[in-house]
Amino acid sequence: MKKEEIKASILKILKTIAPEVPSDSIRADAPFRDQLEIDSMDFLNFAVRIHKEFGIEIPESDYRLLNTLEHCVSYVEQKCAPEPR
Amino acid sequence: MLEFKMPSLGAEMTSGTLTEWKIKPGDRVKRGDIVAVVDTDKAAIEMEIWMDGVVEKLLVEPGKKVEVGTTLALLQGEGAQAAAVSPPAARETGERLRISPLARKRAQELGVNPATLRGTGPEGTITESDVERAAGEAKPDAGEAPSIRRAIAAAMSRSKREIPHYYLAFTIPMAGTLDWLERENARRPITSRLLLAALLVKAVAKACQEHPEFNGFWKNDRFEPSSSVHAGMAISLRKQGLIAPAILNAEKQSLDQLMESLKDLTARARAGSLRSSEMMEGTITITNLGDLGVDQVFGVIYPPQVALVGFGRVSVEKNLVATLSGDHRATDGARGALFLAKIGKLLASPEVLL
Repeated sequence: MKKEEIKASILKILKTIAPEVPSDSIRADAPFRDQLEIDSMDFLNFAVRIHKEFGIEIPESDYRLLNTLEHCVSYVEQKCAPEPR
Repeated sequence: MLEFKMPSLGAEMTSGTLTEWKIKPGDRVKRGDIVAVVDTDKAAIEMEIWMDGVVEKLLVEPGKKVEVGTTLALLQGEGAQAAAVSPPAARETGERLRISPLARKRAQELGVNPATLRGTGPEGTITESDVERAAGEAKPDAGEAPSIRRAIAAAMSRSKREIPHYYLAFTIPMAGTLDWLERENARRPITSRLLLAALLVKAVAKACQEHPEFNGFWKNDRFEPSSSVHAGMAISLRKQGLIAPAILNAEKQSLDQLMESLKDLTARARAGSLRSSEMMEGTITITNLGDLGVDQVFGVIYPPQVALVGFGRVSVEKNLVATLSGDHRATDGARGALFLAKIGKLLASPEVLL
């Protein structure tokens, strides 16, 4: 899956979590919590939707790796990458 | 003949707009059935009926705004025959429209039919922007505060006018609890993980059972305790204000059930799909602003309740400050201190919350 596709899917998920925030205003390098007024319930919903959308397991200890858009894209890209032989 | 009246769905509510009937003459209803949708200043609420009977007549047309206490429908009490009432033409049925309270109000102002819109909010909820886009106009500068702001203003002003608040804070060491939660969540799939918030609700609900003087209402110059704990949860509607629907019978729910209740209540609060019992029956309010970084919360009691428990963030030292806003007419600081200490003791031993 290409990085741009992952980013588009994540932005779509964010839209369901914080519909009042325009997608193009979300800075890739700034924490979601500073930009989207999301609480722990929103964050859990976000992680669950990423899990379902990309079919990846996300341990709670990895939540900190999902704190910005660019971290999120990298995390999903890495998790979706084929296993090395 | 029984009268079904417009209830007060919150301390600040003086009137509501009946937007939809879900019953028709001849229908048999029982206590707890959802019979109508009412738009208040805060939210669209699915209204439950609190009597058993057969619908005789609907007195208020959808779209009409009526005062609290207005008779909305007449029912025959239990034992009446449904066949004795002549049914009208079948009402239209369909999927419940998901629309935020602000969007519904805006649609009325702009003359937009929400049923024709496609929502872009959570679970397809129609938002204010959807309505404005459809109306083809930008939002003008508001000269008057939005209705939800005015509703909050009314309730909180009443609280501060009538309730002599006292405030207490209690620091709870949470290291052991957080370790427990981490271990618990490590063995759970992501879809059934617990949030600290569920533990907070459980602890407050259990503490209320030991300290019933904080769980109930101040009415007619006396305290009326509640036999169940209906935990009002202060839920942020983001830029649209705040609402405090209740998790009913919180003391009877397991942690997993409370977690599901929290998810469900939050989602429905933001989608504008709450039930009247959730708005009317809260016996104590819990507000958790830790996620937003505050250390302590000193809240305003939601009348006619007599207490509000607040939680701040977990500090670097893994401490959590629980606060109590108490109604001095109903309790004193000494009782409040014991109540907070009980909440702290329960939170420090999460295994007893299971």
